[in-house]
Amino acid sequence: MTTKQSGTYFPAGVVEEFLPRIGRVVEIKDQQLAVFRASDGTIFAADNHNPHPKGGPLAEGIVSGHYLYDPLYDWKIDLTTGLVQAPDNGQVQMYPVKVENGQVWIEI
Amino acid sequence: MNGKKEKLVIIGNGMAGISTVEQILKLTTRFDITVFGTEPYPNYNRIMLSYVLEGSKTLDDIVLNDLHWYQDYGITLHTGTTVTRIDSDAHEVVTEDGTRFPYDKIIIATGSNSFILPVPGHDKEGVVGFRDIADCNVMLEAAKQYKRAAVIGGGLLGLEAAKGLVQLGMEVTVVHLMQDLMERQLDPQASAMLKAELERQGIRFKMGAQTSELLGGERVEGIRFADDTVLNVDFVVMAVGIKPNTAVARESGMEVNRGIVVDDYMQTSLENVYSVGECTEHRGVCYGLVAPLFEQGMILAKHICGVETAPYEGSVVSTKLKISGVDVFSTGEFIDSPEHTVISHKDDWKRTYKKILLRDNKMVGAVLFGDITDSAELQKLIKQQTEMTEELYGSLMGTGCGGHKKATSVETMPEDEIVCGCNGVTKGTIVDVITNQGLTTVDEIKACTGATRSCGGCKPVVEQILQYVLGDSFSSGAKQGICGCTSMGRDEIVAEIRAKGLQTTKEVMNVLGWSQPEGCSKCRPAINYYLGMIAPDTHEDEKESRFVNERMNANIQKDGTYTVVPRMYGGVTTPADLKRIADVSVKYDVKAVKVTGGQRLDLIGVKKEDLTKVWAELDMPSGYAYAKSLRTVKTCVGSQFCRFGTQDSMAMGARIERKFERLDLPAKFKYAVNGCPRNCAEACTKDIGIVGNDGGWEIFIGGNGGIKARLADSLCKVKTDEELIELCGAIMQYYRETGNYLERTSEWVERMGLEHIRSVVVDNLEERKALMQRIEFALEHVEEPWQKTIRNEEGQSKMFHGIEVSARP
Repeated sequence: MTTKQSGTYFPAGVVEEFLPRIGRVVEIKDQQLAVFRASDGTIFAADNHNPHPKGGPLAEGIVSGHYLYDPLYDWKIDLTTGLVQAPDNGQVQMYPVKVENGQVWIEI
Repeated sequence: MNGKKEKLVIIGNGMAGISTVEQILKLTTRFDITVFGTEPYPNYNRIMLSYVLEGSKTLDDIVLNDLHWYQDYGITLHTGTTVTRIDSDAHEVVTEDGTRFPYDKIIIATGSNSFILPVPGHDKEGVVGFRDIADCNVMLEAAKQYKRAAVIGGGLLGLEAAKGLVQLGMEVTVVHLMQDLMERQLDPQASAMLKAELERQGIRFKMGAQTSELLGGERVEGIRFADDTVLNVDFVVMAVGIKPNTAVARESGMEVNRGIVVDDYMQTSLENVYSVGECTEHRGVCYGLVAPLFEQGMILAKHICGVETAPYEGSVVSTKLKISGVDVFSTGEFIDSPEHTVISHKDDWKRTYKKILLRDNKMVGAVLFGDITDSAELQKLIKQQTEMTEELYGSLMGTGCGGHKKATSVETMPEDEIVCGCNGVTKGTIVDVITNQGLTTVDEIKACTGATRSCGGCKPVVEQILQYVLGDSFSSGAKQGICGCTSMGRDEIVAEIRAKGLQTTKEVMNVLGWSQPEGCSKCRPAINYYLGMIAPDTHEDEKESRFVNERMNANIQKDGTYTVVPRMYGGVTTPADLKRIADVSVKYDVKAVKVTGGQRLDLIGVKKEDLTKVWAELDMPSGYAYAKSLRTVKTCVGSQFCRFGTQDSMAMGARIERKFERLDLPAKFKYAVNGCPRNCAEACTKDIGIVGNDGGWEIFIGGNGGIKARLADSLCKVKTDEELIELCGAIMQYYRETGNYLERTSEWVERMGLEHIRSVVVDNLEERKALMQRIEFALEHVEEPWQKTIRNEEGQSKMFHGIEVSARP
């Protein structure tokens, strides 16, 4: 788990601003995050940097449950841990998210 | 947030109400939703209660929306709270303790209650209905303490309850007023077979018995019948029927017959109040099954969100009994009358029975017992009131010989069909362990999957599957599913979608038992394509199931910028258009302008947030350079200018491109049109290549200059332009209907065979016309995607623009 701890929570809009299963880029303090709203309502915030050596974004990937298929190289990433699934290797930096009264907060 | 949200109140926290809410959430966020439910639980799957009783599922297993779901969507849920009245003057609903909540719109989804026979003693301890979790818990408790139970009512619910109690170790007698079990769903023949089967499973029956009194002190001790006989029992389940729960509607002065009266848009007699599910009465019918509720909910959701929708015109209902090892199915009209033509086949040795009823030679109903493999197909045929033909008769009833048609019925059994009802093992699982783990005996399959371990009733079927898999064509390679989430192939999936009328990727994956509930990057786009191909008019395209390029209507590059390719019909442009392309490229600092391989211009390196502006300023249609769709139509100069040209290839190319653009296809699709046999536009490496000659056109198909080069095959020659267009349409539609997602025509032609394709689209004029009609129908429903995006400002911002958070927390 590479989730940064003890940061500050920033308000990143309301839940409705994130379409179900369609990622959206959120910029906080010069950090580009890819934010996903899963079908069950869970919100994930990932560093918007593809773990593939060629890089690129993650936000436009296909979301399935709590997994993401990256848009450029089709790597499968577990959004709960950021871990790239076999046969590929790597990890995406994930950021803690909390939702209160429909407001999304991301910890940086 | 924009503006004030409308307050939507849902009375009833069950399947009908919440599935309607789910549909609404897909369409809009403009409602502030509050749900009231009498039960102390979130929404659970009432249909599965029989399995909870039987012990194959737990209460947690059957929850459909847990409390987190309500929170995440900002829905306020009041469990254990009953709304008693709607005060329409004050625009408030009133709960039993007098609390008031304001509303703008209401959906009543209160379902129905068990009908308890009003006989003396009906209120004694140990007498329950079978309707909810509480009833289920009472039954589970009773089975621990008592031995003898009676279920009053031999309908679907009663039999499921009886079977559950037998499983729990009780002695169970089903008491039924009529002479036939499930007389509302089955004909006497199937009823008799069902009774015999259930007796074999340990249920006792008392038929034609009218309950007149429940005996005992505090607690029930027996049942007295109208003929004065007595049955001693310690526990009674009433399953004689349900009645719509209309209390709140009556209390509020709404129009109520047996159920709450609604029109074709689920509108009640009270303004801003709608109703859905078992509590409603639509055109005089109250439904007590789940399928109509979803159909009603879908229409109500659209209507309430102001989205255009067809009216609800009632449902053709069908019945399946959820008892392990007993397969019963019925749909439509199934009781013979003089006006019906009856086709039936009964087999006492196999214990199977099949009956199909026709009126004016149209299929109007069916009953199946023992072997319900054809249920999905029959349901579809009956829903569409299909004419019976020799061919259909042959496939449904076996052709003459008194024998059964299928050498093996397991061959046509859907992969997700449960073979072993005791342990929930599907045909797909069994096939999978045979092919992938090399199992060769029933015992091995039993050890590995649990199939045949409990009652053993499915052993013959498991043996048949084993024989079928190891026997013939199956022996070597395992059957490949379309991806790792399923073992079903493309044709099976498409057939299931058509038969069951599935409408979303989620529904497909759910119903067909995907191993990943929301699929993967292989199957999601594929299923989305199949759904759209099957129902071009009603399928709602799922952006979230599309690859990035098709979702964004632009090609993503490795740095996350995009490429924009406007249409240039037939590879021809104008100076004015070129100037506009140049101006926009300068203004938006496009990194490179490149001529593509298909006679158009690539504007490479547009930022995601600039895409919609670039489209708006170009004011040209999308060239679909990113899509599994018609991309380019390459042309030579042709007869307009060329000294050798015999046909006007530029005009024909542009005409074909305008005609067929924007339609989803299994894979990208390229054309070339040539004015003469010199073939300067290289027709031999295109999906459809067209070569003009001095008396018409020659059509080539299946060419590819890409990853696996293949020269196109000559399909046919035609004389007129109209014939050319019609053949192009028929070829494309046949490819749409039979191609695997992502399969190029070069592979498709080899898989289907050129001769076969020719026999369908060239030789069979009727089929060609029909294909053309279907593609025309699909083309009526396409829309220019760039303009559509520009018009939808809200969707646009969520899809194309990020959120910038100020650095202060």
